Amino acid sequence: MPQKRTGYIKRINANMVTVGFDTFVIQNEVAYIIHGEERLKSEVIRVRQKNAELQVYESTSGLKVGDKVEFTEELLSVQLGPGLLGQIFDGLQNPLPLLAEKCGFFLQRGVYIKALPEENKWQFTPLVKPGDKILAGAKIGFVPEKIFKHYIMAPFSLRGILEVTQVAGAGDYNLEEPVAKLKDEDGKEIDIFLSQNWPVKIPIPAYAEKLKPQEPLVTRMRLIDSLFPVARGGTYCIPGPFGSGKTVLQQLTSRHAEVDIVIIAACGERAGEVVETLKTFPELIDPQTGKPLSERTVIICNTSSMPVAARESSVYTAVTIAEYYRQMGLNVLLLADSTSRWAQAMREMSGRLEEIPGEEAFPAYLESRIASFYERAGVVRLLDGSIGSVTIGGTVSPAGGNFEEPVTQATLKVVGAFHGLSRERSDARRYPAIDPLISWSKYKGFIEEKQEERGHEILRKCHDVAQMMKVIGEEGASLPDYVDYLKGEFFDFVYLQQNAFDKVDEATAKDRQTYVFNFIYNILETDFSFSDKADALHFFQKLRQVFKGWNSSAWASEEFKGTEQEISALLSEKISGKEEEADA
Amino acid sequence: MHKVYTNIIQIAGDVITVEAEGIGYLEIAEVSTKQGKSLAQVIRIDEQKVSLQVFAGSKGVSTGDEVRFLGHTMRVASGDNLLGRVFNGSGLPLDKGPQLSDNLIEIGKPSVNPAKRIIPNKMIRTGLPMIDVFNSLVESQKLPVFSIAGEPYNELLARIAIQAEVDIIILGGMGLKYDDYLFFRDILEEKGALTRSILFIHTASDPVVECLLVPDISLAVAEQFALEGKRVLVLLTDMTNFSDALKEISITMEQVPSNRGYPGDLYSQLASRYEKAVDFEGAGSITILAATTMPGDDVTHPVPDNTGYITEGQFYLKGGVIEPFGSLSRLKQQVNGKTRDDHRTIMDTMIQLFANYRETVEKQAMGFQMSSWDKKLLHYGKLFEEKMMSLKVNIPLEKALDLGWEILAECFNPEETGIRKAIIEKYWPKQGLSP
Repeated sequence: MPQKRTGYIKRINANMVTVGFDTFVIQNEVAYIIHGEERLKSEVIRVRQKNAELQVYESTSGLKVGDKVEFTEELLSVQLGPGLLGQIFDGLQNPLPLLAEKCGFFLQRGVYIKALPEENKWQFTPLVKPGDKILAGAKIGFVPEKIFKHYIMAPFSLRGILEVTQVAGAGDYNLEEPVAKLKDEDGKEIDIFLSQNWPVKIPIPAYAEKLKPQEPLVTRMRLIDSLFPVARGGTYCIPGPFGSGKTVLQQLTSRHAEVDIVIIAACGERAGEVVETLKTFPELIDPQTGKPLSERTVIICNTSSMPVAARESSVYTAVTIAEYYRQMGLNVLLLADSTSRWAQAMREMSGRLEEIPGEEAFPAYLESRIASFYERAGVVRLLDGSIGSVTIGGTVSPAGGNFEEPVTQATLKVVGAFHGLSRERSDARRYPAIDPLISWSKYKGFIEEKQEERGHEILRKCHDVAQMMKVIGEEGASLPDYVDYLKGEFFDFVYLQQNAFDKVDEATAKDRQTYVFNFIYNILETDFSFSDKADALHFFQKLRQVFKGWNSSAWASEEFKGTEQEISALLSEKISGKEEEADA
Repeated sequence: MHKVYTNIIQIAGDVITVEAEGIGYLEIAEVSTKQGKSLAQVIRIDEQKVSLQVFAGSKGVSTGDEVRFLGHTMRVASGDNLLGRVFNGSGLPLDKGPQLSDNLIEIGKPSVNPAKRIIPNKMIRTGLPMIDVFNSLVESQKLPVFSIAGEPYNELLARIAIQAEVDIIILGGMGLKYDDYLFFRDILEEKGALTRSILFIHTASDPVVECLLVPDISLAVAEQFALEGKRVLVLLTDMTNFSDALKEISITMEQVPSNRGYPGDLYSQLASRYEKAVDFEGAGSITILAATTMPGDDVTHPVPDNTGYITEGQFYLKGGVIEPFGSLSRLKQQVNGKTRDDHRTIMDTMIQLFANYRETVEKQAMGFQMSSWDKKLLHYGKLFEEKMMSLKVNIPLEKALDLGWEILAECFNPEETGIRKAIIEKYWPKQGLSP
């Protein structure tokens, strides 16, 4: 066994320590700082001559010059295997509930717990037999995990053609027991376990090809699905000033989006909000499976007060777990809240390293880091022909609510859809506060293109008339223009806005969206006859009120049908009025 | 015996550098000068060079003065003995009471494990409709009051503190004007709240380093009480002064500045304090109300901006009232679903209509003809401002909701409000506003 490489602390500056070493170090390898009984995890982030600079994933309080450091030769990795679903990890994949059992109220530094319980037995069913030739990522067998078949795959790190030399029979195994043996091209035999490790900062490459994201991902948020759709395997970002509703939007999406698995990464967010997610998910019933929502989610949780380096690693931990489930042919949605915190963590470290700052003191490599993170999304065709996807939706918290800032701009370059939240909309309590005039999507949704275009058009027209009326007054607008304005407002109120606290209205499935959009499309296309502006305003106010009741009645229920008739009656009143006029 | 060092090799701002060995990061030392003794904290170590910030400031420190390292990080006394007392940022008495050294606790303890938190669920009633109805305050919430200089933010904090149902009030004053400190002390005394209060005061004329300690020391003491099951309200005023103190120190330390000279870790620094707000599973809670003054009423200034991303909403004080736009309690939905079933309706509808009213006021200012709808809105806005927004109003939530319906009924037809029929049928008043 090779001797452990060690070093000793020379300098301490907040969570960055400079370590002198004798032999060699590896960029990004994990090292442990030995401080009394404690072993503090850290990562090499820069090497200068015989000094390595380490970011410490823990508080550095009390560390001393001369404290010993042990290098591990391993990059920061996560453990991938059955048992991930339903868990709540920190950015280093420590299970937080277990830590709480062990340490109580406070996070104790230097305490690390294995991500997956070793003793749990899993019911293994083999899919290969001795003599089979396979590649890294090939399915060797599966175990049941919650509602999924969790495939046990040949380690992604292996190269070349592998020969199966041994496979365990169907039965119960824990994570410590090998379930197969593979022989690589050099004749080396490798034991295969139910779990494997993978370095978080490197994408998992074990698939045949990456495909273009084309199929819409239904989020059940009407504004998104109907006007600014997201594609499975695509990327989108939600920038917005604080208080504009990013977090509520993410929470709704995490509950309702039509995907197999949701990974939530809180990288430096409010504990009060994180705790809501992690306490309510086990109780919420997933409308798609009828099981608790937590059975198909993994939460990576770093509150804003946890050490900055752990916050930085959380997005990587999250995306690696997302890629892992994609390797099983599942559709995964990764929600990162917020990527700005992650970028800020980079900025903090960069400042400590005294790097030459780029725009707004962010490091020069900000853009490439953001790009390579979002590029880990995608639809892939796996080695066995099946398809899996990782969709990434990241919120951005732009400084000063200004979308020109570097993180938003770098993100916009690499995502396929942009859902910009605006202070004006949230101030007016128009939720979700996605501003339809600044948002865009490059993906195709399920609403017919002509109808979708009409939706955008009426909103633009409504905005133009509203702007015009600000200058020339309401009396200066023509009646047809004023009606267009009311139509746009109506569309906004009854369709784009969605009540997150109404059991029915909080999420709208595809069928209903298509049906209601079509219904509204007809209203938008109708020429009404109004005697004057007050008449028009009154009509749309009334229509809006009934429509709101429609939104909160269950799909295809008696109430739904009744309200629909009421709306139709209201409409025909105004249209028939026109016919009478024409007759006369 | 702790080792004493006398070789101070650098003095810059309130930071001194001494050559020493075996010193722990963030360790506390005692610096003895002709002016007296002061505590200091290690903030950087570079081989033998140890930099410390001197809490009492570096004025009068000589290169030959003694630095004695104490072998531990910053500690503060805790417990019931502190109640009714006033201390400075390093925990020394500012009143005539004795110095305390009982139940010493370390400040700046690690984060609470999110798995040990409970979802905030208890409303703190304040009697102010702009808070109770529109942005309910919730136990364990961390909430700043954004305001420009001159606004009555300290008065607002004090009023909430006195009216809120909590066990203990801790005031952390940073860069506080001396009169403001006396205001807090007197009003707490007058309202009989001083015996359940503890004050940690750094005034504008005190050394800047001591300002940095105030939140940590206040929150460490609060945490101790909360762990014992107490419901603690911490008032921090003003966090902009705290941030400016951070800026001063970091520039002295030649750190690469980030936005507008603030250090790159401003977010982390603020967050690690605000995140102390907590509702412990099976113990007490800490609620944090802080004042954040906005230079030039600019909410995009780095301090309010970063604060907004950390805290669970904000009260936005403008023109002596809590602005409905910009103010936000993120936790309100945890409690306002359980108050009365019309609470959310009143909250949303009144604000939406108030937004329309503001637009109408703009139109009016530009000299446009007012439609009958505009006139309704103008009437509504005036009533809203008088009866709901004024900080002089002090009524229970239920009364405020009734008042909301009365105002709506006086100004509008039911369908003009956009409220769902079922709620209208239940709550719409039969008569107009009572005189």
